[in-house]
Amino acid sequence: MKTTWKDFLAPLSLVILLFVLWEWIARLIGMTFILPSPIQVLGKLWEIKGILFLVHFPATLLVIVTGLFISVVLGVGLAVWMRASRIAEKTFYPLMISSQTIPIIALAPIFVLWFGYSLWSKVAVTILITFFPIAVNTFDGLRSSSREFKDLLLTMGATKKDLFLKLYVPSAIPHFYSGLKVAVTLSVIGAAIGEWLGAQAGLGYFSRRMMTQFDGAGVFAPIVILSFIGISLFLGVTLLEKITLKWRETE
Amino acid sequence: MSNSALEFKDMSFGYPYENDLFMELNVAVQPGEFVSIIGASGSGKSTLFKLTVGLEEPTRGSIRLDGEKKANRLGHVGYMPQQDLLLPWRSILDNAALPLEIKGVSKKEAHKRIIPLLDEFGLNGTRDKFPSELSGGMRQRVSFLRTVLSGSPILLLDEPFSALDAITKVSMQEWLLQQWEKQGSTIIFITHDVDEALFLADRVFVLTETPIKELKEVTVPLNRPRRLEDLYSADLLEVKKDLMFELRSTIT
Ligand SMILES: Nc1ncnc2c1ncn2[C@@H]1O[C@H](COP(=O)(O)OP(=O)(O)O)[C@@H](O)[C@H]1O
Ligand SMILES: [Mg+2]
Repeated sequence: MKTTWKDFLAPLSLVILLFVLWEWIARLIGMTFILPSPIQVLGKLWEIKGILFLVHFPATLLVIVTGLFISVVLGVGLAVWMRASRIAEKTFYPLMISSQTIPIIALAPIFVLWFGYSLWSKVAVTILITFFPIAVNTFDGLRSSSREFKDLLLTMGATKKDLFLKLYVPSAIPHFYSGLKVAVTLSVIGAAIGEWLGAQAGLGYFSRRMMTQFDGAGVFAPIVILSFIGISLFLGVTLLEKITLKWRETE
Repeated sequence: MSNSALEFKDMSFGYPYENDLFMELNVAVQPGEFVSIIGASGSGKSTLFKLTVGLEEPTRGSIRLDGEKKANRLGHVGYMPQQDLLLPWRSILDNAALPLEIKGVSKKEAHKRIIPLLDEFGLNGTRDKFPSELSGGMRQRVSFLRTVLSGSPILLLDEPFSALDAITKVSMQEWLLQQWEKQGSTIIFITHDVDEALFLADRVFVLTETPIKELKEVTVPLNRPRRLEDLYSADLLEVKKDLMFELRSTIT
């Protein structure tokens, strides 16, 4: 099925409706420092675009990109290791699952203690929050091929390496993309939390600073950019998936 | 006398914690022969293939290929599974190339060998397509091409046509016989369709009792090349009746 502009009609109408509603309520309340209207937020965004786009946007983007990159390397690495070794699987898998019950936000201040206000305290939070979906999805993907395929390749004389490269890895790639999609959206949250807790620059840091100044529109303006980053990253992964997994479109 | 292409010698096997499926079974298949195996579902047909290809090992006795008792049979017998099991992310060309790649042939060399075969297997124009774009009959041809490309002189086909509609099935059977005559390979063909077994094979093996101590064997009284109407000759109907009786006695 091809996507056309008609597919966007329903979500777009809903978004517009919500914004109109928001604008209306905000004007009704009339307290900008608590609830700025969308038009006020856009106005603010335009007003402070210089500092937002030249200083804070690059700082946050650096955190996100660094954190995601390390998460992908570590997450895929661990997934491969767990697939290759039963002992590694038995050791790490339960640990990984139970680690998700730890409230990461509560842990985040520790990183500020360890790494100070440097890039790495924010990267650490981002990694902590994005590592899990990548590692678990990739690992499940590496296990997702059926027994019949494995047997068939074995009858062709396949070695362990053949099985891995020709069966496990290709069947894991769609799962990896699913994990990455979740991770890129979470990465924005991770970076923002990290910056909230301690930073000298970044969109999360800026938003918090505006809060202390009771500047409602100033709180929202960087958040608009944050969500824009999240959506762009998500669309980027979707595009990459489309390009690399042509065979899926034929299904 | 030349060696048997495949020979079971006093072979016994049962899955762990289960009753034996085979008990001191002796069977031999000659080079170039076409043998059908027929039996109720669950009677052990697929297991017989798993033993032959080396996915399972007999608990007692031995399995010989071309007279040799190989320690590891994996990679020496061509196996075509019941489902076509084409890798969905590989093009038709790359799916066919899989056994060659595993044997260490370069992708380029493999493609060079396969491209002329595509026509012969009725697959022209499909080389860059993905499996999901092909019909069931086409996919079975790819699966068979892949099995042939394993390079093994002996091919095991496990109910390859059972999922096809009746018309496609008949044309695939005729096509398979042509291919077999051309390749000169030994084929063992599992089916639960008596007509299919008789139409294709020189000999039909029937799996009856459990545990299986011997295979009931029927020689098909037909010459080659076979024609569809041969299935209605008096000789054949007699044999078919016997086979049906054998099979019915297994369902108690
Ligand atoms: N991996 C296995 N472990 C245990 N039992 C099995 C296994 N595979 C098949 N069986 C059992 O062995 C019997 C024969 O199975 P199979 O050879 O697949 O039969 P067929 O192909 O004739 O339908 C069945 O009862 C089946 O349940
Ligand atoms: Mg079976």
